[in-house]
Amino acid sequence: MTGHDKPTVDHLGRPTNEAGKELRATGHDPSERTFLEAAAQWFDERTGTAHLVRTTLRKVFPDHWSFLLGEVALFCFVILLATGTFLTFFFVPSGQPVIYQGSYEPLQGAPVSAAYDSVMNLSFEVRAGLLMRQVHHWTAVIFVAVIVTHLARAFFTGAFRRPRELNWILGFGLLLFALAEGITGYSLPDDLLSGTGARIFYSAAISIPFVGPYIASLVFGGEFPTTAFISRFFVLHVMLLPGIFIVTIAAHVGLVFLQKHTQYRGPLQREDNVVGRHFWPGQAFLSAGLFFLTAAVMSVIGGLVQINPIWSYGPFEPSVVSSPAQPDWYVGWLDGALRIWPSFEPTILGITLPSVFLPGIVLPGVLFTIVALWPWIDRRLTGDRGVHHLLDWPWEQPVRAAAGAAILTVFAVLTLAGGNDVIAVFLDLRVETLTVIFQILVIMLPIVVAILTYLLCRARLRRPAPDELAPRDATSGDSAGGGGAHGPRHAGVALRRTADGGFEEVEA
Amino acid sequence: MSDVRDPRIPEPATRDARPVSPLGPITRRRERRGERIVLASFGVTMLTGLLLLILYALGGQTQLEGILLALCLGGLGVGIVIWAQELMSGEIRIEERHPIGSGTAEVEELQEALVDEEGFTRRRALQVGLIGAVGGLASALAIPVLSLGPAPGRSLFQTPWKAGMRVVDGEGLPVRAADIPLDGVLTVFPEGFVGNAEAQTLLINAGADRLQLRPDQAQYAPDGFIALSKVCTHAGCPVGLYRAAQGQLICPCHQSTFDVLHGAVPTFGPAARPLPQLPIQRDGDGFIALGDFPEPVGPSFWDMYLGPMVIGEGDATPAPSGSGGTSG
Repeated sequence: MTGHDKPTVDHLGRPTNEAGKELRATGHDPSERTFLEAAAQWFDERTGTAHLVRTTLRKVFPDHWSFLLGEVALFCFVILLATGTFLTFFFVPSGQPVIYQGSYEPLQGAPVSAAYDSVMNLSFEVRAGLLMRQVHHWTAVIFVAVIVTHLARAFFTGAFRRPRELNWILGFGLLLFALAEGITGYSLPDDLLSGTGARIFYSAAISIPFVGPYIASLVFGGEFPTTAFISRFFVLHVMLLPGIFIVTIAAHVGLVFLQKHTQYRGPLQREDNVVGRHFWPGQAFLSAGLFFLTAAVMSVIGGLVQINPIWSYGPFEPSVVSSPAQPDWYVGWLDGALRIWPSFEPTILGITLPSVFLPGIVLPGVLFTIVALWPWIDRRLTGDRGVHHLLDWPWEQPVRAAAGAAILTVFAVLTLAGGNDVIAVFLDLRVETLTVIFQILVIMLPIVVAILTYLLCRARLRRPAPDELAPRDATSGDSAGGGGAHGPRHAGVALRRTADGGFEEVEA
Repeated sequence: MSDVRDPRIPEPATRDARPVSPLGPITRRRERRGERIVLASFGVTMLTGLLLLILYALGGQTQLEGILLALCLGGLGVGIVIWAQELMSGEIRIEERHPIGSGTAEVEELQEALVDEEGFTRRRALQVGLIGAVGGLASALAIPVLSLGPAPGRSLFQTPWKAGMRVVDGEGLPVRAADIPLDGVLTVFPEGFVGNAEAQTLLINAGADRLQLRPDQAQYAPDGFIALSKVCTHAGCPVGLYRAAQGQLICPCHQSTFDVLHGAVPTFGPAARPLPQLPIQRDGDGFIALGDFPEPVGPSFWDMYLGPMVIGEGDATPAPSGSGGTSG
């Protein structure tokens, strides 16, 4: 690969230079370079980064399915940028009233906003526009779910511990930005459902004591409904938030790169090494393939499953509301908190604490603060301040697992409560009864789940961890893809790590 | 950065014979089969990409587009993943992990570099002044932020309803008592403000004998007609559902329930305030308003009982019809 000379031979066919010797020995002509080799040289002569790029290509990535969740989230973001850019070319961010004259007959002649009109145009007139819109919306919905799953993985395996507290905060920021993107994007089509959602956010904003009415007025440009808020949300949705997003993703991924990925415990894995596959080409190909597979799943869902059919909701009118009104799933818990919070609105010294303030502002604030500060809370609970690159199995810290399960349960119960009217119809219960049930569940269920999780973890601790069963048979490379989580691959025999670091075969 | 083989682990027995992919040793047979699958997958991508173009040219069809695009992307994805998993080396690599910190000496040098400029570190007064200057700059930068919206002023305390305004329906036509049967509900607006978000009001024919109002409320509910703000006092949704049999208004957003017969007091759900009652009186066969709502409509805010704090008169008077965005 180094020699650029043509191989030469003398009249007897004996090689006369290094290249000739190599050609004779290996049958490979070293002066013939592939395109990639030529490109590498071209690039290095202009940047001097050969060493840097090589070490990057040779970086080792631990191979476990749960480490792909973050990648899928990143791929969702790329799909959102791509489809969103397409939508931007057609969307009109304006609340100005126009008369709908498109091809959807039931609404012809109806006064709608220019924003609604443009989304109708995207859905009915622009070819492949509906596909792009639905892929965008579905990807957004799945994006948040993948982020939450990724966050839960990092939580339960203790990936946030020293030295990764900073990356936990960055990841938490990404979750917040994703929620903000979802909420601003959801409001843009200016249909009946999104308008109602924006109305509720406005009400939550004005509920903040002392500053609420000012904040709400600054954000919405006056008293709701304003014609300003669509163009404002648009700028937030397509410019400010994506900009912050890209910078934060770069920092998040950059830190993983600098700190090297965590790994599950296994026969080879130690605190001072990384066991896995080279980034290039294996891991890079796997990731590229995963990107296209993610995009394929989004395409088929976006093509076949209708989402946010704004023509059947109709344009936003402040005096009309549809029932049942369901938001996108990731704000369901906020709506659920508003629904089941008891009627409570004290006025002390003339100052009113609006009923929306505690469930709509304080509760989410408290829950999110707990999640954001978890690396430091965890330190208090476990007393562990050490540096960790090997992950915990989820049951190894029963208190952490119990707390995490309890927090997830709170969100889950609130999300279900956000659909209490639908569930009431489904279960043939009165909404009033169901609301009381949810009020009890949101207190009791997290406690029950926490205790159960704790007990299950303690029980699991009595059995050996997967890495102690030595699932990896290093002689065949057979289980390189799986990490240790799946137990022994070969029935009958497993390797057990002994106290002195060696291995012994045991009957599994 | 070098790859270190763990000395405790024996060299893979098959290493010299043939490379090992993540899914097992790469045998001839396996190689051929893998190549065929990858090529077939890429073929699917080529074919469906072409079909997608043809479909588009023919006019397009959302569901088919979705399926073809998924096959097009999926073929590429499956091909690349199988290529990586079946035909590329899956050898386990071990890379050393060095401590992340740079070490005490490096950090100390950095700290020195940060503070060795005495012209900076010794000028305490200037440092304090700098912080003050940054604060000043911040308040200057608040100006464009404050321009983003008017000061709330009186706007949250009032609606377009004024004494003498005629009660009209969603079409702008004067409401006649005969249009609303017993237990009937109609969304009404002040004349000239049809569709206005704050002024939207429910006119309910609850029946004079069923209404059990305080005298001050009853005097504004002529002939059993009561006019209530349609904006929920919880989160501001339109209170859209009327259960005539129980005389209950229900907000579809969070299920706040109001007892119309007793002056719209909340009986269930998160709302804590009654829906404000609009003072109206009969005027021929229609209705006119006797003034604005006696208290703020819609969701509560901190100074609603203190009265408006007006710093410089904002644009408090709502513009005539049309201010409500897409007013119908």
